[in-house]
Amino acid sequence: MNMCAELSGYKGNVLKFLMKADLQIGDIIRITRNEEVFEGTLMPRYELADDNHIVLKLKNGYNIGIKIHHEMVVMKVGTGAKPTYKLPYQPKEKRELPTVTIISTGGTIASRVDYRTGAVHPALTSDDILTVVPELSKIANIKTKILFSLLSENVHSSHWTKLAQTVAQHILMGVNGVVICHGTDTMAYTSAALSFALQNLPVPVIFVGSQRSSDRPSSDAALNLINAVKAAARTPIAEVMVGMHETSSDTTTVLHRGTRVRKCHTSRRDAFKSINIGPLARIKGEEITLLEDYSRRDPNKQLIINSNFERKVGLLKFYPGLNPNIIDWYMDHGYFGLVLEGTGLGHVGDHLFPQIRKAVEQGLLLGMTSQCVWGRVNMNVYDTGIDLQRIGVIPLKDMLPETALVKMMWIFSQTTDIEEAKKLLMLNIAGEFSERTLYEK
Amino acid sequence: MRDIETLRVLSKQTETSKASGLNEEPPHELNREALETSLTIALMFHASPINETHVMRKVVIDGSTTFGFQRTAVIALNGMIKIGDKNIPLQIVCLEEDACRKIKEDRLTGYYRLDRLGIPLIEVVTEPVITSPEEAGKVALAIGRVLKATGKVKRGLGTIRQDVNISIQDGALIEVKGVQDLEILPQVITHEVQRQLTLLKIVKELASRGAKEEDFIYTFKNVEKIFKKTKCQVIKKAIEKEQTVLAAVLPKFSGLLGIELTSGLRFGTELSDYAKFLGGVGGIFHTDELPAYGITEDEVMELKSFLKIYDNDAIVLVADKPENVYNALNAVLNRAKQALKHIPSETRGLFPDGITHYLRPRPGAARMYPETDVPPVPITKEYLKRLKETLPESLEVRLSNLMKKYGLNKKLADQVLISDYSEVFETVASTTRISPSFIAATLTETFRSMQRDSIDVNILSEEIIQDLFSFIDSGNVAKEAIPEILVWMVKHEDVTLDDAIKALGLRMVTEKKLKEIVDRVIRDNEDIIRKRRITALGPLMGIIMKELRGKADAEKISLLLKKGIGETLNR
Repeated sequence: MNMCAELSGYKGNVLKFLMKADLQIGDIIRITRNEEVFEGTLMPRYELADDNHIVLKLKNGYNIGIKIHHEMVVMKVGTGAKPTYKLPYQPKEKRELPTVTIISTGGTIASRVDYRTGAVHPALTSDDILTVVPELSKIANIKTKILFSLLSENVHSSHWTKLAQTVAQHILMGVNGVVICHGTDTMAYTSAALSFALQNLPVPVIFVGSQRSSDRPSSDAALNLINAVKAAARTPIAEVMVGMHETSSDTTTVLHRGTRVRKCHTSRRDAFKSINIGPLARIKGEEITLLEDYSRRDPNKQLIINSNFERKVGLLKFYPGLNPNIIDWYMDHGYFGLVLEGTGLGHVGDHLFPQIRKAVEQGLLLGMTSQCVWGRVNMNVYDTGIDLQRIGVIPLKDMLPETALVKMMWIFSQTTDIEEAKKLLMLNIAGEFSERTLYEK
Repeated sequence: MRDIETLRVLSKQTETSKASGLNEEPPHELNREALETSLTIALMFHASPINETHVMRKVVIDGSTTFGFQRTAVIALNGMIKIGDKNIPLQIVCLEEDACRKIKEDRLTGYYRLDRLGIPLIEVVTEPVITSPEEAGKVALAIGRVLKATGKVKRGLGTIRQDVNISIQDGALIEVKGVQDLEILPQVITHEVQRQLTLLKIVKELASRGAKEEDFIYTFKNVEKIFKKTKCQVIKKAIEKEQTVLAAVLPKFSGLLGIELTSGLRFGTELSDYAKFLGGVGGIFHTDELPAYGITEDEVMELKSFLKIYDNDAIVLVADKPENVYNALNAVLNRAKQALKHIPSETRGLFPDGITHYLRPRPGAARMYPETDVPPVPITKEYLKRLKETLPESLEVRLSNLMKKYGLNKKLADQVLISDYSEVFETVASTTRISPSFIAATLTETFRSMQRDSIDVNILSEEIIQDLFSFIDSGNVAKEAIPEILVWMVKHEDVTLDDAIKALGLRMVTEKKLKEIVDRVIRDNEDIIRKRRITALGPLMGIIMKELRGKADAEKISLLLKKGIGETLNR
């Protein structure tokens, strides 16, 4: 992206003013206002800021905002050096190293920063990525694919399909593992989706993100990416996983099963937690410690691809006094299934019963998960649970609500037969639930 | 970009980045109270506030922030402060976040306390117009007084720190970080000037010896076999751990490494500091200081003949991991090479005795980049107008007010103003009947002398100090007991004044009890009274004071005694 050619962030009055003076970002300018003189580099403007100030980088490196004024004189006194960056080196392919494909879908993990403006740009090529994290070339021969450039809240089920197909393509080409760079907000939904879409995996598929962009020295991006590539290249676990920081420290990452992971903090580096099971493995330096049962890496396994998702499946969080007519909306709009996120062991208020009964009678598949996040539902303990089961709501064991949603979307892309769908829902396909929930690790 | 890379490597090496669970959420908006205080200070310095503040990230890679950078914003430009007849222009007033306090350090790891991290810090930068160590001291003091006038500056050592930039003709710009104690400021500058003068002499000496850059050879010789049976612990251990011992030649440097740059700092130490910083090694050995540290004369001779050096060459030895040794020797050669031409610009740290040591190269403007998570804050004309109307009184006005209102003399009033307790003084003086001069002297002279005896009275809260004075005012405690109580309070945690008074047995005796004691002492000493008449007052006073140890007011005792002596004599 060429920042010099535009007046990024400027709008309204100040944009007119700068255009009239024929100035570009990066120009060295002198501003004279009454007796004050300021000299420095014209900088881009913060997107949300007002339209009255010019941002100037002084020689000492500080930025200041200068209010435009009709008696102000602005002169261009020089052209700033355009920012360039050169590759430190071009790594040669090494035959003895495994090959790993890095697929980028967006997010901050594989981005680079323009230190002049502070703007973060997507890293677009494998060279870009190796410039940001040169250590990768010692772990594997890296192939890259830029699939999307999306903030993860804009990722839809159609993207899951495209992503699953792209991953499959690379696996069939014979790579030793795939790493997917993804925004963290909805990473767990996508990892669940790929867990169902790609079965009998011969090699690992690792989702990776970063909670702190690479323009900050405290970034988790580099370690996460390095360890994700290590995991893709070397772990014996052939599953869809999420590999993120284990703690606040920049020392270890853990691999979470794609169907059992959740983002549990808005900003911490260790935001991702395995729920109701422990992580599958821990990576510390060159050491990979296996912690749970897993599916083995085996290049002879035949990959099974089922990459479609039905959009007409909903996730409904119960809260005290929830209006039952909301369930009517789902029925009226032809939804196939609804995951309920109930309270405690799997309950909703009995004022919802008539609508739930109607939905079941109309042929909707209703499953119950818990908004407690940790623990499993048990609908045999209280009357409400027993009644709900009697009506036809299926308890979904210790499945995460988000995973249950994705699973139902996946199921209804393959069958519309309710009995078949029920069977699939209760079949453990990608380790999405366990028959016993072990005491918190 | 490179800075960030370096940081990643460094923080791995030093493990400072794992120090905390902090920095786990994006920054909050600029603290408005801090902004207001810094604007107030800027206006008191007659500086021009900028129209809109922009927070920058200033890369800091020593581990003192969990962010890896310090946030900083320019608040105002072009201020001024008057010292005598001279105007000292102030370049810039900045609002920053304070960094962590380093509590200890071993070879590769720094340990930091996070309690100071993020506290608003106001930076005031003077133009380079200060020409003597004494003047620097005066300017720092004057700036400190303006800061204190806001009443928003935390008290105690370290809350006002000076970073001193020192340069001499043909020398280099050297920044000395964190000079906390104003009393040693002139000393720091004197040492630094001396250091630069000596370094310039070395430049000249090397030129006259005909030292040339081309003579520096960057291939290092492995000298392990010379030290196979060495008694030098550092080298022995390195060989045992299968590390390496390499040597480099500094052409025509013989005798220069041992030169004292300023008292207590040799040129060899400077080279060693570079080796430590860039190589992560424990230090270096050089031939100017050998034989020593277990290295024998024979080993030195063998080393010299093995490296085939000329008489006026010096040798530097490092024993450690190969990579570290290599980096360390490179750093030493590069620094030595610079000595042929000039003094390098550096950021230096401070030892308690005023001697500085190499910290890191001086950073450029490139280490600043925008903090995109904190929106800019416009500073409007209306806001500034409001602030200007409510500026704290200038120190001159406050000085004359103190003198007028409380009858303090100029010296005492001045001391109250520059102390950390001017507000406490005004509160106590206006709410008690205690003599203002006594309050002032206690808060300044008494406190200072206790401070000198390492009794840190700063840790006592203002409430405790005010309560102590009201105890005195109500006659519960004698003035004389103040130092004793303060010492006890400082030495005990989580205690109240009552605890102190009880523990020290300082509760005042009642009037009746006091009268009894005085009567008894007069009875017991009638001879003396008859002999010395009214001059017996002194000795008798002494006896009673000793017995009561601050449990009664001296004036009251004196009155009772005088009365009693009179009565005895009239009988």
